[in-house]
Formats: sequence, structure tokens, C-alpha cells
Amino acid sequence: MSLSTTQRIPLRSEQKFRPVEFSALAFLRASALVSIVTTLAIVVVLVYESIPFFRHVSPWEFLLGTQWTPLLEPRAFGVLPLVVGTLHVVIGAGLIALPLGLLTGIFLSEYAGPRTRALLKPLVEVLAGIPTVVYGFFALTFVTPILQRFFPSIGLFNSLSASIVVGIMILPFVASLCEDTLRAVPRSLRDGAYALGATKAEVTLKVVVPGALSGVLASFILALSRAIGETMAVTLAAGSTPKLTANVLESIQTMTAYIVQVSLGDTPRGTIEYQSIFAVGLLLFLVTLALNIASNRILKRFREHYE
Amino acid sequence: MSRPIDLTPSPALVVRRRRDRLFHAFAFAGALLCLVVLALLLFDIVSTGAARLSWEFINSFPSRFADRAGVRAALWGSAWLMIVTMAIAGPIGVAAAIYLEEFTRRGRLAAILEINISNLAGVPSIIYGILGLAFFVRWLALGRSILAGALTMALLVLPVVIIATREALRAVPGSLRAASFALGASPLQTVLRVVLPSAMPGIVTGLILALSRAIGETAPLIMIGALTYVAFVPQGPMDSFTALPIQIFDWASRPQAAFQQNAAAGILVLLALLLVMNSIGILIRQRASRKLQP
Amino acid sequence: MKIEALRTSQGAGPDLATGSTLEVRGCSIRYGDKPAVNDVTLAFALHRVTALIGPSGCGKSTLLRALNRMNDHIQSCRLEGQVLYHGQDIYDPAIDAAEVRKRMGMVFQKPNPFPKSIFDNVAFGPRLNGTFRGQARQALADHVEKCLRAAGLWEEVKDRLRDSALSLSGGQQQRLCIARAIANDPEVLLMDEPCSALDPISTARIEELILDMRENYTIVIVTHNMEQAARVSDNTGFLLSGDLVEFNNTADLFSRPRSKKTEDYITGRFG
Repeated sequence: MSLSTTQRIPLRSEQKFRPVEFSALAFLRASALVSIVTTLAIVVVLVYESIPFFRHVSPWEFLLGTQWTPLLEPRAFGVLPLVVGTLHVVIGAGLIALPLGLLTGIFLSEYAGPRTRALLKPLVEVLAGIPTVVYGFFALTFVTPILQRFFPSIGLFNSLSASIVVGIMILPFVASLCEDTLRAVPRSLRDGAYALGATKAEVTLKVVVPGALSGVLASFILALSRAIGETMAVTLAAGSTPKLTANVLESIQTMTAYIVQVSLGDTPRGTIEYQSIFAVGLLLFLVTLALNIASNRILKRFREHYE
Repeated sequence: MSRPIDLTPSPALVVRRRRDRLFHAFAFAGALLCLVVLALLLFDIVSTGAARLSWEFINSFPSRFADRAGVRAALWGSAWLMIVTMAIAGPIGVAAAIYLEEFTRRGRLAAILEINISNLAGVPSIIYGILGLAFFVRWLALGRSILAGALTMALLVLPVVIIATREALRAVPGSLRAASFALGASPLQTVLRVVLPSAMPGIVTGLILALSRAIGETAPLIMIGALTYVAFVPQGPMDSFTALPIQIFDWASRPQAAFQQNAAAGILVLLALLLVMNSIGILIRQRASRKLQP
Repeated sequence: MKIEALRTSQGAGPDLATGSTLEVRGCSIRYGDKPAVNDVTLAFALHRVTALIGPSGCGKSTLLRALNRMNDHIQSCRLEGQVLYHGQDIYDPAIDAAEVRKRMGMVFQKPNPFPKSIFDNVAFGPRLNGTFRGQARQALADHVEKCLRAAGLWEEVKDRLRDSALSLSGGQQQRLCIARAIANDPEVLLMDEPCSALDPISTARIEELILDMRENYTIVIVTHNMEQAARVSDNTGFLLSGDLVEFNNTADLFSRPRSKKTEDYITGRFG
């Protein structure tokens, strides 16, 4: 009997209350929850603050209206012109950044030797790290003057110039995401294609890129979502004329640029134009959120696919 | 027995090889274009703004007259903003990452947190601005202060800090943790004394990345109402302020060429700051990883 | 020649009665400064199975990959000596690696079907090489069927040719890779431990397949499994740290090894 008592070793430590450990863990947990709270706060703020707006303007009128004149009489709050303005930039930027970004990603992942890569990759990252207001400046002082030489009719503010710089802006993003997904394609697939007598371009275009297709697609969606949310470059370069137009040489206004325009002015709180930024913000948030969720889903499935 | 065979490239293969070289050149040209654009961008900025850059420019307050205006207030504002942002986002981001990486099982909560963070990373910065405006400026009545700006910016860069820190933590070999546990250390002790130090280089990189993002962000600050005309140096976190990118935006949106020059010079200051920050980051990283290696 | 000398001087020697269209002469391969294969000379008998055995890291896979120039894609890899195919050195600058590979199918350690349909996997090679260009679509379909039949997979997949190849089991995937490899109508089949990732039943199927295909192809198989080499091959080469220790007909190599090292290896004393 006595033997067993002396040999009893407390394997489970007497759960002493240790205040330091406890509060440290509580801090860690609270920090992790900040991100959830942030998301909730975004949703609450956008919904709560746009309720007064939707009392004046019905959601249908907002979503389907073709006139956006919040600051002029007669006021109209149809968001389509802003959506079309945003589409200008998204499509234009996509046409530039998606093919070029994929091509750059292909070069980095398939063609560049270690030394070229070590040189090129940081430079691409520099391009990605340049603040967006700088791209706005570049559009105004460099891109637009060049465009003016080709299109004499082009305005000082036009969606083409904005699209080009937003394209340049998201290009490094597309390139590095594509590079990552292309690299995730196992080497054994490349070997399999080479062994059948394929050339490098054939291996890349017929096996590697198709094999990474869903990942590439996800990168594209993510990049376009960035283009939608891009603010400063389009505010500076695309102008502030909300209109339903297909002409890229004209001035337009994007959703983001509108929000900036209102908050730069002296619009008093409580007015409907002030409330409208929350409604536009809500739409912007929902669209980018949907794209991000879609892209993250695709990307996750892609990663699981190759392990 | 052996049929005569020809291993020199067939005409069809010659065509395919030509296409192969063409595609290689094409991909190279694509990658090169990125560099050309970068060069053009830098050329545009330097050629417009270099002449305007002087000590006077750095040390002057904004002015109606382009040639008397400077970035003194903006620089101080940005400095305040960076310090307060990091003081908030640094600890919270690292703590959140530690919790996610070291203290959660791969359960439902972890999955939700993970999805949430990657979605937050994709929310446009102007949405954070709207959040800051409604929540910090008005609901919490912090006004158009540095603190309101820094809180907004902290939420904006939080996903960057968390994602980078998690990656750094994940790179720490499990054997290190096992060894620490085997010596009787508690999970918290293990994280603080063993895991965190060896993940430090990666964490620092993440923090620098977050800072680089924060220093260039413009839209959220415009939303919370950072001013464009500030003729004083902020003295505390409750002061109103301006920041470098806002000052640049203000100048760039004016039609006069002289202000465009100011904008370019302001950009040069901003890029120089980014360069310094990233160099410090690289330095810290190198020293930290040297210390770890035997 | 060296090989002839080997045969006459020491007993029966490797079975080269059918002749050979593929040989390796004085072949040394290095990765950077690290030698992987040292001065190996051997011939692969036509329409016979040659096994290359040895402990891991002995250079057998490197040697196999030298046969269709797959090592070209490893930057640090250097080769000296000759690999002769129909009397031509495949490393001759005038010769295109793609032409060589087209004539030598390769099957890898882990099944590596492309993330495409079953049909597209098999059709990949013929499409690359334009084999059926200008012919009716049915010609390609017939060829795909023929290859799948030859790989013993047709019955299992004939109703789902459009399904993703990744929906197949591991053993089926490997047979699909065999079908894909023979779709170019190669003369040689190179197999790099083709069963190492498979279960015993799938392994048995592949081994049967190898014995069936022996009639039509010159097969070189790298394996770490000595029983497998004994079961499927006619000739066996034993490599140890990059040296070809012994090359002989399989029966003799396993029952009467000439070298002490071979004997130690096959009796399981190391490796």
C-alpha cells in the first residue's frame, strides 16, 4: 500500500491557475478574433449606414438606374454608370495584365534560370510595392500625354489611361500568383511530356498551363477584384463624370472614385449624397467579396489537387 | 535487322522547334516589359521631380505657392501614422498568428478564421476607409486624428502581418517544439522562447511588408478625412494630420505644372522611405538569421 | 568489341542473340562534381527485357534517363561517352532529343498522367507529332484503342474515355502511362521503377504486361526489386556506386553471380 502511494507521480499537473499563462492565452485568442470582428464591423457599418439611403432610393432604382447625378438637380441615384465606369477599368486592365502577367509568370517559372530569376523576381516585386497614388501620377503625366499623340480627341481624364496604369499595377500581382500556381504543377508531368517528344513550349502550353488552369483562373479573378477596388489611380486619371459610355477616350467615374469625390468635398453628414457612399461601398464590398471567395475556393481546390 | 532511322529533326519538328524559340522569346519579352515599365515609371518621376527635391522641400509646410510648398507636415504625419499603426497591428497580428498556428486544432473555428483572413486581405482599401470613417471617426468619436487613421490602417494591414507571421511560424521545424516540450516547457513558454525567436526573421519581413503597404495607402486616409493642408507638426495621436501620399495626391490632382513637380518630388521622398524601410528589413533579417546559424 | 569480348570470355553471357539497336559505350555521367555513372558499357538486346538493378543511388535511373536524353533538363548533368541508337550517337549535336524520345517511350516511378481525359492522355504523343494529321478522326480513335488494349486497360475504360485520367486508380494510371508511352509507336520502352508506387496486384498486372510487350519492344527496366528483375527480364545489369559490376543473362546472374559484390547484393547482405 505504502509503496503505491509513494510512487504516485502526478502525471496530470495539478491545474494550478497560472494568471500569466491564462491572460496571455486570452490575449492571443482575442487577437485572432479581431479579424472576425473587423469583417462583422465592415458589414454592420455598410448595411447600417446605407439603410437611410435605401429609404429614399429603392434598391431597384439604385441597381438598375442609368443616371447618377447625386450632386446636381434633378438628383438620380442609378449606380449603373459607376458600374460601367468600373467595368471600363477592369476590362482594360484585365486585357493588359492577364496575358502579360501569365506570360511573365510562365517566364519566371519555366524559362528563367536561377540567376535570371533572382534578378527579375525582386524587380517585379518592386513594381508591386509601388503605392497606387504613384501610378495615378504616372497616368496623368506620362500615359495620357502619350495617348494624346495617338488620339487627339482624348480628354485629359479618360478611362483608357486609367485602365493602362491599373493594368500595370495588377500585372506583378498576376505574374507572381501565376508563377506560384505553375510551380505547383509537379515536375513529373513535365518529364512525362518531354519523354513523349514535346518541346519546351509544348510542355508549357499543353501540359503545365492546362494543369495549372484553375490556379491561373483564381489568380485572374483575384487580380480583377483588385482592379475593381483600385481607387487612387482611377480617381486621378479617369475623371469624375459618371456616364454610360463605351468610349474609353472619355472621362468616366468608377465606384471607388465616386466615394473619394464625396468624401473630399464638404458634403454634410446626413445628406443623401453622403449616405450614398455607403450604398456604393456596400455594392463594391459585395462584388469584391464574391470574387475573393470564388477565387480562394478555386485556389484551395487546386492546391489539394496536387497534394 | 535495324531499319534505317533518321534522328535529325524532321521538317515538322523543325517548325515546332522554331515555334518553341519564338514562344521563349515572347515570354522573355513579356517579362522584360515589366522592367521597361518600371524604368519608364522611375524615369518619369525622376525627370519631373528631381530638380524640385531639396532640404527646403523636405522642411517646408504646404503652401498655395508651389515653389514654397514642402512635405514637412506630411512626413511627420506619415511617421506618426506608421509608428502608431505598427504599435497596434504588430502585437495583434503576431498574436493572432501565434494563436492560429500554435494553439488551434485544425477545427471549424480555425477554418473560418483562415477563410476570413484571406477574404479580408482582398477587401479594397477604400472599404477600410469607410469603416474607419463610420466606426473610429464618428462612432468612437476619435475625430480626424492620427489615432483614427492608425486604427484604420492597422485593420488594413492586419491580414498581411498575420499571413506572413503564420508562414514564418510554420517554417519552424516541429522538432524544435518537441525538444522544448520534452524539457517540460509549457506550450506558451515553447512559443515565446523557442518558436518565436527562430521565426523572427520571417516576422520582421512581414511587418516591413505591412509598413510598406501602410505608408503608401491613400484612399482610407482620404476617407477618414486626413487633411491636405496642415501647416503644423502633429504633437500627439489625437492631432489632425496629413500624410505623404495624401499630399502627393493633392498636388498631382492640380493642373499646374509646378504642383506636378511637387508631386513627383513627394513621390521620390515616399519611394526613398520605402527603400530605407525595406533595406532595414533586409538587414534585420540577415542579422537575425546569422545569429540562428551556428 | 567490348561486349563481344565479354560474351565469349565468360560463360554464356548476356543474351544478345536478337541483336541490339541500343547500346551504351564508355558512358560516364556527373552531376556537377558528383559522379553518378562511371564508364559503363552495355547493349540492350532487341525485343528482350533488360533489367538494371542495384541499391538506391547506384546510378541506374540516371543511366536510364541518359538513354532518351531526359538528363538534358538537369542543368548540372554532364555526360561523356556514347549512347548509340541504330549506330548513331544520340548526343550528336545534329540529333534532336525530341526525335530520340519519340522512338523511346518512358514510364516513370510514380504514375504521371496529365490532368486531361483518358483519351487525350493517350492521344498526346500522336497529336504532338502529327501522326494522324490529315486522316479521319477515327484513325486516331482506333490507335488510342489499340494502345489501351496493348496496355490491358481498354476493357476498364472504354466507356469513360472522356473522364479525367486522375479518376483512375494508381495501377490503372500506370497502365495508362504505358499506353501513352507506346502511342508514339516507339521501338524502345524505358521503365523507371514502374511498380514502386503500386500495390502487389497492380504490380503483377504490369509485370504480365511487360512480358506480353516483350515481343514488340526493346524494354529496359530499372528496379530495386530483385524478384521483379528475375521474373521479367532476360538480361540483368547490376550497378553499384555508378559502376556496372556485372552484366549477364538474368538466370546466370542470379544463380551464378560472377562477382562477390553481386552475390552479396542478391543474397541480401546489403542494399
